Amino acid sequence: MSFYGLVDGTEASLKKYLGSLSGVDQVGADARAAMLATRSIKTTSKRWAIDTAITMVDLTTLEGADTPGKVKALCTKAVRPDPTDSTVPSVGAVCVYNDMVEIARTHLDLIGGQHVGVAAVSTAFPSGRASMVVKIQDTKDAVEAGASEIDMVIDRGAFLSGRYIEVFDEIVQIREVCGTKAHLKVIFETGELVTYDNVRKASFLAMAAGADFIKTSTGKVAPAATAPVVLVMLEAVRDFYAMTQVRIGVKPAGGIRNTKDAIKQLVLVNETAGPEWLKPSLFRIGASALLNDLLMQRMKMDDGYYASPQYVTID
Amino acid sequence: MEEKLSFEYAPAPESRALVSIKAKYGHFIGGKFVAGSKHFPTINPATEEVLSHISLAGKADVDAAVKAARKAYTTTWSKMSGKERGKYLFRIARIMQERSREFAVLETLDNGKPIRESRDVDVPLAAAHFFYHAGWADKLEYAGLGTTPKAHGVAGQIIPWNFPLLMLAWKVAPALAAGNTVVLKPAETTSLTALLFAEVCQQAELPAGVVNIVTGDGSTGALIVNHPGIDKIAFTGSTEVGKIIARAVAPTNKSVTLELGGKAANILFEDAAIDESVEGIVNGIFFNQGHVCCAGSRLILQESIADEVIEKLKNRMAKIRVGDPMDKNTDLGAINSKEQLLKIRELSAAGDSEGAQRWSAPCELPGKGFWFAPTIFTGVTQAHRIAREEIFGPVLSILTFRTPQEAIDKANNTPFGLSAGIWSEKGSKVLWASQQLRAGVIWANTFNKFDPTSPFGGYKESGWGREGGRHGLSAYLKGVSHE
Repeated sequence: MSFYGLVDGTEASLKKYLGSLSGVDQVGADARAAMLATRSIKTTSKRWAIDTAITMVDLTTLEGADTPGKVKALCTKAVRPDPTDSTVPSVGAVCVYNDMVEIARTHLDLIGGQHVGVAAVSTAFPSGRASMVVKIQDTKDAVEAGASEIDMVIDRGAFLSGRYIEVFDEIVQIREVCGTKAHLKVIFETGELVTYDNVRKASFLAMAAGADFIKTSTGKVAPAATAPVVLVMLEAVRDFYAMTQVRIGVKPAGGIRNTKDAIKQLVLVNETAGPEWLKPSLFRIGASALLNDLLMQRMKMDDGYYASPQYVTID
Repeated sequence: MEEKLSFEYAPAPESRALVSIKAKYGHFIGGKFVAGSKHFPTINPATEEVLSHISLAGKADVDAAVKAARKAYTTTWSKMSGKERGKYLFRIARIMQERSREFAVLETLDNGKPIRESRDVDVPLAAAHFFYHAGWADKLEYAGLGTTPKAHGVAGQIIPWNFPLLMLAWKVAPALAAGNTVVLKPAETTSLTALLFAEVCQQAELPAGVVNIVTGDGSTGALIVNHPGIDKIAFTGSTEVGKIIARAVAPTNKSVTLELGGKAANILFEDAAIDESVEGIVNGIFFNQGHVCCAGSRLILQESIADEVIEKLKNRMAKIRVGDPMDKNTDLGAINSKEQLLKIRELSAAGDSEGAQRWSAPCELPGKGFWFAPTIFTGVTQAHRIAREEIFGPVLSILTFRTPQEAIDKANNTPFGLSAGIWSEKGSKVLWASQQLRAGVIWANTFNKFDPTSPFGGYKESGWGREGGRHGLSAYLKGVSHE
């Protein structure tokens, strides 16, 4: 593999590459994210943002209590989020555990949801604490069961102890397992990496190793997709594009629960990476509760009043 | 759904219905609004619409204001305890907060600055200055300025048009806390928020004559400066006028503080956090259309990262939203006056003719009103006019350096010395540079941050004395150093 010509696979070249990155000033990044949160998105632009956000949702269920019934219900919702309004677009994908992939894929295909992807969390999600053999098998299983997207976690322990080459090699190996069948999203668990310097470093590491998407969090650790963390990742994909002419996607996940939060994310994308990233192939939002709030706000814009929550289906 | 790539923000205008502007204003003297004689129009610089007519105060008006201020000082304000004075200041601060939207809208209409700035910066900071100084009113004996610090008496205060309400707060709050009464003149183009502040004084039941506001132009300012009944002059504005004032008060007993121009250096070292530095450059020069005396108008950029930074800066500038100041999503509003616009154009043309390379953000400027696109000049040297003269607009001059010492030398090579910025992730370098720079305010890894507790003021031709904090307070008390 060429790694875009940025590294040659050796630890020395990786260290040099990561060492060339400029730092992130926390106060400045927080201030910029806070300023962008003041954007006021109204009327036609709000309507456009709501529909765009719906197409970007990775509708997620990652519970120990997940059953085939629950996953099928989620798939139905993913294809037709509002059964009474056919103008509501489908979401980007459903996101499930490894053993639910086949059920999800089969059911989606059955109900006309061929265009909705199935994302599987992988590599001993959420902790990533397993041997490489297990992580590879975990991913293989999911791909063979029909996952079109793999959401892998990085080994935060290795990252925090400075063994960047191990993190890099893991991503490279999982990338190989995905092959051409599945897109690879790399989850950093930014709540555990803590500093924005680490987030920037992890972003560049994952992109060079072959990630198609970089993703903030598992949803199991707080804080998750905070605005400044997403800002730093969007700056990273923008800069990576300037270096390689390749656009890498970004997926915030965890903590984005309502329309206001989602629109703030779209504003961050628009004014940081740029409008080229405002599509589901380059920006996704990992969420479960968010979709219903988007639907409620969409109905409100059409009807002029807030409907009872009973008009929005539970999944 | 059809894939649409552009995320256009629909207009999100703040409501103008929040303010009622009278067709004509007089002065505020002795606690009452009194009719003026001569009037001149004040316009919205974003639309050129006439908002109202403002009185031009002549000798009789200024005399009346000074007399009212003297009377209030002698009979009421100087006899009142600090604790009681503090209560009035707290009350004014609270009313300003309660009426903050009104102030923000009026400021934006009259000045042309974006509503986001008047709402999030000017008005909250103005209220904060009153809150802060309210706390000082009963503690003057413990400020380390001697055991019995005394007020000067009547302070004459002349403020600029770039932060009309905020500059009023910087002047009025410490003066009142220290026990002075004031005669204040807002700038010719931006009198409306000062007149609304006069209403707040009435609402707070401030004793009549403690705050007097006379409107007018430079001739009114001269009447105040030369008035024998005034004990202290505080001026914020151009260095040119500051020098005239300094000459005028030199043979008198008047105390004086001057807050004047600047040509601040924003030094960007190669080890800085680049993205946040770019934000800081943008904030440094494009905040308030560059109408900021401490604006980071000279970027002193390390040559090794110059191309990368300029590229990123251009990309960022292309995202600055220029237009209707009343729109909540506007980043850069209108130039305050035609006169100022012509000055910016003249200096920018000098940049072109002296061989610097101009680049302006590709943005659509409204047809009416006074507008100037965010602009940078590269290839600027110390010998260019745009590296030496204050443009007071959204125009950045970019110079490069090779070594840290060269950066400091270039930064200090100016008759001004109001502010400076340092961008580096290396703490030792930041501390070293901050000790070398000859400027009153030095920001490290940030820019244009203000706080009432922090003294603000200049070295060299950028001013005399400080405003804000304990240092600023001392300028309104007798027998204590202004530094």
